[in-house]
Amino acid sequence: MSTANVDRSGGGHAHHFESAEHEFDTSKFGTWLFLCTEVLMFGGLFVAYFIFSNLFPETFLEGSKYLDWKFGAVNTAVLLFSSFTMVLAIYYAQQNNNKKCANMLMITFVCGLIFMVIKYMEYTHKIEMGLLPGDMFAFQGAESSNLGLYFSVYYMMTGLHGSHVIVGMGLILWCWFRARKNEFNSGYFTPVECVGLFWHLVDLIWIYLFPLLYLID
Amino acid sequence: MSSAADTSKNYLNHEKGLWSWLTTVDHKRIGIMYMITVLLFFAIGGAFAMLIRLELFAPGGTFEAQVYNQFMTFHGAIMVFMVIIPGIPAFLGNFVLPLHLGAKDVAFPKVNLMSWYCLIVGAIISFISLFYHGADTGWTFYTPYSIQTDNGTILLVLGAFVMGFSSILTGVNFVATTHRLRCKGMGFFQMPLFVWGLYSTAILQVIATPVLGITLLLLAAEKIMGIGFFDPKLGGDPVLFQHFFWFYSHPAVYIMILPAMGIISELITAFSRKVIFGYKAIAFSSVGIAAVSFFVWGHHMFVSGQSELAGVIFSFLTMLVGVPTAIKTFNWVATMYKGSIQFQSPMLYALGFLFLFTIGGVTGIMLATMAMDVHFHDTYFVVAHFHYVMVGGTLMAIMGGIYYWFPKMFGKMYSELGAQLSFVLIFVGFNVTFFPQFILGAKGMPRRYHDYPEAFSFLNSVSSIGSWTIGLGFIVALIVIIHGLLKGAKAPDNPWGAKTLEWQTTSPPPHENFYTDPVVTGGPYEYR
Ligand SMILES: [Cu+2]
Repeated sequence: MSTANVDRSGGGHAHHFESAEHEFDTSKFGTWLFLCTEVLMFGGLFVAYFIFSNLFPETFLEGSKYLDWKFGAVNTAVLLFSSFTMVLAIYYAQQNNNKKCANMLMITFVCGLIFMVIKYMEYTHKIEMGLLPGDMFAFQGAESSNLGLYFSVYYMMTGLHGSHVIVGMGLILWCWFRARKNEFNSGYFTPVECVGLFWHLVDLIWIYLFPLLYLID
Repeated sequence: MSSAADTSKNYLNHEKGLWSWLTTVDHKRIGIMYMITVLLFFAIGGAFAMLIRLELFAPGGTFEAQVYNQFMTFHGAIMVFMVIIPGIPAFLGNFVLPLHLGAKDVAFPKVNLMSWYCLIVGAIISFISLFYHGADTGWTFYTPYSIQTDNGTILLVLGAFVMGFSSILTGVNFVATTHRLRCKGMGFFQMPLFVWGLYSTAILQVIATPVLGITLLLLAAEKIMGIGFFDPKLGGDPVLFQHFFWFYSHPAVYIMILPAMGIISELITAFSRKVIFGYKAIAFSSVGIAAVSFFVWGHHMFVSGQSELAGVIFSFLTMLVGVPTAIKTFNWVATMYKGSIQFQSPMLYALGFLFLFTIGGVTGIMLATMAMDVHFHDTYFVVAHFHYVMVGGTLMAIMGGIYYWFPKMFGKMYSELGAQLSFVLIFVGFNVTFFPQFILGAKGMPRRYHDYPEAFSFLNSVSSIGSWTIGLGFIVALIVIIHGLLKGAKAPDNPWGAKTLEWQTTSPPPHENFYTDPVVTGGPYEYR
């Protein structure tokens, strides 16, 4: 998030900042602001969730029974672990250890990948059963008349979250490339720090989604 | 930058070629790119407005009803999402904000460029919908109609979604810039009031726009997959869409008007040669308006079936917005009192703003009164009201701002006489167009219809004639700008004798804005 082609090896910074520190603080501040927008965007879906789950508690209870909490639990563990490795990646960048930083980023990336693979398995299983959103709902034998609405909520929330995981993985990969080129040092690790913040938010949102969708009972 | 003042170099000739513009991260150049795009979209949206008034010139139709509906939808969507929202922050704000703060650039120059591309991509997606039966929902995309109508609507909705990111990125950038890049000696209360306006706006952009994003995404999903959030068949609720939509779109009104008020503060103090009256009151009222604006969205929904208690609360909160707005207005008038007022074209636009925006504001209070709103709802009274706010307010401020900062942007002067002529045409034409619409609305003419009974015909004809006068005024304004660009005399560094920082550098400014880092020792308006 700064002007192109600045030499960062010796405390360099983009021309409109006073110092590398000034640039780091500002980038972090901007990232926090962006995270606010993310929270509000998901906020719309959470509001819809609470409205509909209040109106149709039985539908939501029934819907959650078709989700396998074991998959959800594994994914929660995977993401929590990845947050930990992300923190380590930042730590190693601060210690001028680009090699270990890159390794930690790669582990974080793989965790994201595992998360998406499990999500993919869940999705295909649901789609085969006909547990689809809204109008497309084709499952026979549902007790609630509007179970499709629950799955609309499910797909919209996990879908928007999943797309954030993918974006996060892309950003982590970008940091990984830069770490491999030894670009980070104790005076400059802004990208890892900011991508880390984003990744933590993605984790945090999942930590709310998991009980809300899987553990209604 | 080493300082020996080589004034032949400036941001315009710092680099050359189209590619250097399309890849620039200089806030001034990005501001100019926004200027070109916004003016282009304004011309397109204006053309749709002319077509609307042509259809309504007399009863009986020139165009088919369906075609009219598309004119109306595209006029609204273009003017809101592509002109008025990016108009002040992304165009004038981009150019002026870092100069006002004594900074070299905005906090995140690359993000700034990215926001311009978001606007362009979103606009292209929106325009493609014209080839898929267009959209006929009005710019508000109300369900359930928007779910049932042609699929071209999806593209317009997704286009607006992408343009939302442009607005979000600008907001993030401006908040960070205001907090972190003020020059030495500039505390929050040494900032020019335009900065306060932009700052409050940026906060709204950050907080409100993501909610529009998710709303439009849900609407698209509703149309593509039938997710049922807004569909009663599955237990969803069409009114929920209205809540989501107005949670963004009411604050969006202040995204449009707060920076306009900021410009007016600059213009009035500069052309009255007098320190602004009640600096802190104006600054805090911007923030106050921004804060209250999140709790008033229900005034769009008095007849939607929301509970009466909710209606009363929303009505009360809406009237509350009138307080900080009036504080500003009184402070502007007090600033002019015993000032040495000069009636140059930017000031004329500022005075036009005061006059028209006051009418827009007062009719807004009328509409916030529930009993009256039941009568006025969805009539031309509402149309007239928000045009007095959006055109009479925001657009007047944009025009005033363009003429105020034009010498700084391009280092040239324009024809003052031509600029004054454009003001007279626009101001008179505007009142002729929209004042009759108050009367039409009070008489009960509903909005958004392509035809009307004979009884409404006289005032509609007057309104259409007025619209041509506005059109002529904007053509004159455009000629003045182009003539100024090509043939204008060289502008001095500070043609208005104004005191804010941008006038202390050259016209046009150098690539890095100032030759020496500015240091502020007093307030922004030390006239006398
Ligand atoms: Cu409103």
